This record gives sequence, C-alpha cells and structure tokens, in this order.
Amino acid sequence: MSKHDLYLYPVWLRIWHGVNAICIILLIVTGISMQYGNLDYPFLPFKTSVLLHNFAGVTAAIGYAVFLVYNHFSGNGKQYVPNYRGFAGRISKQGMYYLYGYFKGEPKPFPITKENKFNPLQRFSYLTTMYVFVPIIAITGVGLLYPELIFTKIFNIGGVQLTAVLHSVMGFFISLFLIVHLYVASIGKNPLRNYKSIINGYHAADDH
Amino acid sequence: MITEHLFKKYLMLCFLLASGIFCFAQVEPVTLSEQSSHCIQCHGNRYYKFHNKVTGSEVKKLMNPYYFIDSTKYVQAIHSFFSCEDCHAADYVNYPHPSELKLEPKLSCIDCHGGDETFAKYQFDQMAEEVANSVHKQAFGEQFKCEMCHDLHSYKLGARKENSKITEIVKQDNEMCLSCHNNLSKYQILTDNQKPELLKTHEWLPNQELHFLNVRCIECHTPVTDTVMVSHKILPKEKAVHLCSDCHSTNSILRDKLYKYAAIQSRNEGGYYNSVILNEAYVIGANRNKYFNIISLLILGLALGGISLHIAARIINKK
Repeated sequence: MSKHDLYLYPVWLRIWHGVNAICIILLIVTGISMQYGNLDYPFLPFKTSVLLHNFAGVTAAIGYAVFLVYNHFSGNGKQYVPNYRGFAGRISKQGMYYLYGYFKGEPKPFPITKENKFNPLQRFSYLTTMYVFVPIIAITGVGLLYPELIFTKIFNIGGVQLTAVLHSVMGFFISLFLIVHLYVASIGKNPLRNYKSIINGYHAADDH
Repeated sequence: MITEHLFKKYLMLCFLLASGIFCFAQVEPVTLSEQSSHCIQCHGNRYYKFHNKVTGSEVKKLMNPYYFIDSTKYVQAIHSFFSCEDCHAADYVNYPHPSELKLEPKLSCIDCHGGDETFAKYQFDQMAEEVANSVHKQAFGEQFKCEMCHDLHSYKLGARKENSKITEIVKQDNEMCLSCHNNLSKYQILTDNQKPELLKTHEWLPNQELHFLNVRCIECHTPVTDTVMVSHKILPKEKAVHLCSDCHSTNSILRDKLYKYAAIQSRNEGGYYNSVILNEAYVIGANRNKYFNIISLLILGLALGGISLHIAARIINKK
C-alpha cells in the first residue's frame, strides 16, 4: 500500500458491499432455481430455494435501507448524482476509453479522486441499479412475500403475476449488472487490484 | 303548467322505455311446472304452513333445512327442466307425505347418465369407477352418494362450461367439499368421528387463505389423471400433495388439473398456453415466458460476447 493510495471505501460501505454481494449471489442462484427449476432436474430443492431466497431478500432489503441512510448522512450519496449537462458525452468518452484508449495506454479520461469515485459510466450504471432496479425489486419482493398487499387485478391481468414478472425482469438486469460489474472491476493495471480495494478500502495510487 | 305536464309525460315515457329495455335484457326465466310449483310452495320456503285436520288449526312449521329447495338456484341449475315427479314419487303430492315414501330408493347420477352415449363426453362411467376407489366410498360404501357433493337441485356446470372463470370454478367446487367438511351435522351423517378443523390440518400450508381462494381442494386431494376431466378419486390425506414444487414449477400439476381446460383450448389455438394458465391465477415458477427468455438470453449472450472479446483484446494487447 502506498501513501498515495486513496481511502475511498469506508468500513460501513465495505461491510454493506460484502453482505449485499453474498445476498445478491444467493438471490440470483435461488431465483434461477425457482424460475427455471424442473421437477425432474431440480437445481436446488424448491423449499430450500424459497427459504434461502426469502432470507437473502429480506437481508438485502434491510441492507439497502441501511445503505440509503448511510449514503444520505455520510455524503457518499453525492457520488451517485450525475451532472446532467454533457452526461451522455462523458459516458461515451468513458466507453470509448474501455474500447480503444485503454488498449493504446491512454490516460484515464476521468481519473479517480476522493470527490469523484466513479467514472461517468460507473455513475450511470450504479445510479440505475441502486436507485431504480434495487428499489423496484425490493418493493415487488415484499409484495410477493405478502401477496395480500398486491392489487388483485391490474388492467385485467393478475396483480401477483405482473409483480412476479417485474421482479424477475429486475432480477435479470441486476444479474447482468453483476456480471459486467465483476468484469469491469478487473480492468486496471492489475486485474485483482480493484477486488482488493473493496476489501481494504484503498484504491491503488497508480490506478487513479 | 302545460310544460310541467309534458315534462311528466316525458319522464313517464323514459321510465317505461327503460323498464322495457331492462326487462328485455333479463335472461328468460325457466318456469317451474305446475306440479313443481305445488311442491315449491312449501319446500321453497324455510317455513311451511298446513291445516291440521285433527286439531282443526293452521300450523306453521320449520322446514327441514335438507329438504329446503332454493327456487332461485333451482331454476338456474342444470336439471331445472325436470319436474319434481320426474325423480320423486307422484304420491309426494299428498300431505302429510305417505311415510313409506321415506324408504323409496333415490335416483343416483349413474341411473340416468351411466352407459348413455348422449352423456359420453362427461365420462360418467369412469367417474363412477373413480368414486368407487375414492376415500369416501372406501370408508362409507353405498351410504356415500353423488348428491352428497353434487346438490342435484342447484348443480351448475363449472369447469366444463365455456368461458368459465377459474375463480368461479374454484369457489363452486370448494363449496362442495365444505358443505360437509365445514358443517358438522352434515359431516356426521356419514361418521361419528369429530370433524377435523380444516384450518388446523392445513396449518402447514403457506399463504393458506390465498391457496383456499385460488385452487380447488381436489388439486391436492386427487391424483393427476388424463382419462377423466375432473378426477373423482379423492385420496386419503396421507397421499395428498404436500410438496410445494408439485405445483410451483414449470411442470406444475395444476396444468393437468385446474388449468387443463384453458391449456387445451389455448394449445388448440396454437398459442403458448402459459399466458392462459396465468390469466387469472399465478403459480410461482410457472411464469416463464418464452419471449422474455429469448430476449434475456440474447442480452446475456451479447454481454458475455462483449466481455469475451474485451478479454481476448486485453490478452493480445499484453503480448
């Protein structure tokens, strides 16, 4: 660790991130098992999947509430707020860097600082995931746990069915986010360095 | 004054027109035969009156609830075109009814419907075979009769009726089971045993109320069969479905039971029947949609393809 390393991820964030990661992986695995499970070839026993899914879902939802509160009071939430002017241009600049500049050894278009932890592409994807996908999946998840809360019919389609479809569509997007998130984290001077960062909290100085 | 008079006339005309339209819109009622109307005078009411010749007084008595015929339900029932005397002895027309009539054997469903080609599509003979092997018949033998579940005076087609709603089918069919299993006096016609408390015996079932409202008892209490449309072989409780995944999976047994009608109809139309299955009810695990599957696989493929290309480019670039 160098003295120039940036301390970006405080303890609360790392704990939340770790718990959330375990829950999300459990939710994806059990979710796929319930959605695509077959009686003849059950990926996981149905009852086990339901139990694990409920447990992980409730834990992740509580974790999300904690995340929102901490984000608000610690100021970390500001990292998610984009500067809308020229946002699309900055996103495409970052995208071009991943596709082209990165291979040419060009400097990062948006170097990481304490004030700007996320590059525009990260900001956009984290904002969409944490403030659109996750709230929807959490609310629909609570609805599926307590189906009596759901409208019986919405435009003549079963309310529970609509909720379930929305829940699984959001689940799919979050799974997709996870895959891309895990891969993008490996882009850097050393593929493992970002994974270490989220454990020790420090972002490597030469990777700014 | 003239205006007020005209206005009143206009209102009257509107009222008459509206009543005419309303009457026209009513379903043509089934009229009871003269003989049935005679019976329904007493049996259509909770109380009946008669003149006691011995005491010379007018008597009002409570009708035995099991001999009460709901005339509204009767005229809507599938057998409404029958007159009482078609099934009951003509001597019932006299009151007090002759006591020996109590011993008269009653007609069973099979007496009319058995071995008859006209009713072949309803599979009455196969049903009778299944009933013979059901837990009720095994326990109570000849004492157990079709009409204990299917009230002949009010029975309507449920699942077999075109465009019937699943919620209505569930309600009608479950009421048959509950007519005994939620009514101690009727339950004890067949047994002296204490009636099990349904809510307690089904305590293990998650979201009990939702299950009771959305699926029929027979979904779990009969085996899956492809010979009879509605299985009549009620299983002993030990053999009832207890596994959540029997229903909550894409292979859900409900496809072969409650949703069979809708599924067959939709398959015949060449469509993907999942949407029909889920039209009115939701079964966890059965909401796979082939279009969503294709789109999600496509997006996933693109993402993984992109990542693979990027990894390959990184490896090549490093060399």
